[in-house]
Amino acid sequence: MHFAVCIKQVPDTAEVKIDPETNTLVRAGVESMANPYDITALEEALRLKEKYGAKVTVLSMGPPQADSVLRQALSMGADDAVLLSDRAFAGADTLATSYTLSKAIETLGRVEPVDLVLCGKQAIDGDTAQTGPGIAARLALTQFTYVIEVQWIDLHKRRLQVRRKVEGGFEVILGPLPALLSVELELATPRRASLPMLINSFRAPVTVWNAETIGASAALVGIKGSPTWVKAIASPQVHRAGPRWDAAQGVRPAVTAALDTLFSDEDFAAGFLKGWKV
Amino acid sequence: MEEKFDAAIVGAGPAGISAACILAERGVKVIVLERGEYPGSKNMFGGVLYGRSLERIIPDFAQKNCPIERNIVESRLSYLSEESSISLTYRDQAFFEKLQNNAFTVGRAKFDRWFADQARARGALLVCSTVVTDLLRDGAGRVVGVKTDRADGDLRARVVLLADGVNSPLAAKTGFRPEVKPGNVALAVKELIGLPEEVIDERFGVSAGNGVTNEILGNVTLGMNGVAFLYTNRRSVSLGIGANLSDFARERVRPYEMIERLKLHPAISPLIKGGKPLEYLAHWLPEGGFATVPRLFGDGFLIAGDSAMLFNALHREGSNLAMASGRLAAETILEAMGKNDFSSRTLQSYGQRMEESFVLKDLKKYRRFPSFLETHRELFTNLPRGASAAIREILTVDETPKKTRRRAAFEAIRGRMTSLRLLRLIWDAWRSVR
Repeated sequence: MHFAVCIKQVPDTAEVKIDPETNTLVRAGVESMANPYDITALEEALRLKEKYGAKVTVLSMGPPQADSVLRQALSMGADDAVLLSDRAFAGADTLATSYTLSKAIETLGRVEPVDLVLCGKQAIDGDTAQTGPGIAARLALTQFTYVIEVQWIDLHKRRLQVRRKVEGGFEVILGPLPALLSVELELATPRRASLPMLINSFRAPVTVWNAETIGASAALVGIKGSPTWVKAIASPQVHRAGPRWDAAQGVRPAVTAALDTLFSDEDFAAGFLKGWKV
Repeated sequence: MEEKFDAAIVGAGPAGISAACILAERGVKVIVLERGEYPGSKNMFGGVLYGRSLERIIPDFAQKNCPIERNIVESRLSYLSEESSISLTYRDQAFFEKLQNNAFTVGRAKFDRWFADQARARGALLVCSTVVTDLLRDGAGRVVGVKTDRADGDLRARVVLLADGVNSPLAAKTGFRPEVKPGNVALAVKELIGLPEEVIDERFGVSAGNGVTNEILGNVTLGMNGVAFLYTNRRSVSLGIGANLSDFARERVRPYEMIERLKLHPAISPLIKGGKPLEYLAHWLPEGGFATVPRLFGDGFLIAGDSAMLFNALHREGSNLAMASGRLAAETILEAMGKNDFSSRTLQSYGQRMEESFVLKDLKKYRRFPSFLETHRELFTNLPRGASAAIREILTVDETPKKTRRRAAFEAIRGRMTSLRLLRLIWDAWRSVR
């Protein structure tokens, strides 16, 4: 079998701040990292490889520096790494990204057909959860989203069964290969690379493909192929916890203290009294 | 694993990376193992590096985007009592031009990564998030590699350079260096306080990327043997204070309380006013001096930097000793590779190189300095108060005859310490730095 895992390099969102003046992300000095959902997808691919036997190819679309996430994947045990890097890919929305990735997976498939594509349910920077389903739709793959467990793969009947998260519970579904999984974090805890694998990952070759290599149409990739754009970005209001009164010493004194505090605000008291009159 | 390196370096700080740069440049197969997520992530120091030491490793560092915060053109030494400050300031045009970057401030998170990138560009392999837990030894006890906390984590190397810093768990485990005693390390805390560049320029009287260092002594350490410092970075100042660890234990002072108190001092607070706290760091400094430097080599290994307790407490130098020791260790390793002998017979030339260099010469010269501070507590208690009171007497103008004033000034000091004690202090001070 051949698994393809899509990994996105994202800014470390724990460090990202929004410039209050311009409402845009402050990216200067922010560290990059591999999208954690994608690393979970890779971990699952490696576990399935150990169980059923497979080759795992990792893919990332991004600037040349994105090869660091691919090297991380190689250190964990991926067999091959392909970086999709081309100036023409820049500024892509999920439509163009899923097109580019699907063309790359097609290209991989010409050498060795891809049975299973794995990706995170979403990236922590964009949070759209559209790229995985986009790839599945373009390549006509069975689509399993929000996967929390791959129960089995039947190699002969070429089908698999997974458990996926749905609102208020989970769903067990069965479907044919080739398929795409978009995974939740609870699916698997990523492994720590062994020392030899880590050392080798720094020296392993990372294949770089451009638009021409994957036969992508210039009109469909990058900013040209992206009909959506970000109109505005806003910081969410910070909700601070309100005051609390401890009722352990009795409800009455706590309520009295709470009401005293409320009515000590003159605006509140005035509004309250006004409301009474009406 | 089967793969064998020529040299394994433990720790990607100034000592380890200096050695890695030199070795990799000469085609030595070198690997650096760093426990932090990236070089500099676990590190803290006052903030000053020395250009002439860095030049020996990277000759054109200033042209290679070395993340210099400010070139130091002025050094201040302040002696603070609770309410006053006596300062000595030295500014020299030479530091602007001829001696540019003699000393400069950096942030370790940025500098260490840049420095490690220079080593990688020369061919060194850097592996982060990996803790060296033990040394690999052969039957004869020779060091033949390291054990790490990763799966299949044994790594073979012809020689190991231990540059894992003052707080080395490896030292405790392997005994290559006695575990540090509280009396031989200082605990220092540092706050990075953000201020606009123009505000720093104005407050310290500098511009165009030049800056000031201020070493601070006196009552600020609440009677403990220690110092404080204030260094200018590009858009922040580093305010730090440290004292001997055993003093902290005895006095039960909390480091953060000490730094908070320092921030309120009338000589300090105007310099940091309106600043935003950006980072809070804490680290040990190996200030035991020459007496605590361990044997610097053994069969198959060498020790450099803070791991070897190389720190000049009087001149507040450490990073340059780390870089120089890393460089000398690398030169020794090159010699050993030429002879194909990594036993202590060959590696002992590292000891000789160190003794011939300023590193051990300086530490030897100031070997009495740690005990001088230890035995003269009045430096941190009564002397700053007395000195301040004496100067106040002399500067107060109220028609009192100068003779009376001068007598009162002497009394201000003598009331706090006997003449004999004062003479003893001067004598011991002279002896400790002679």
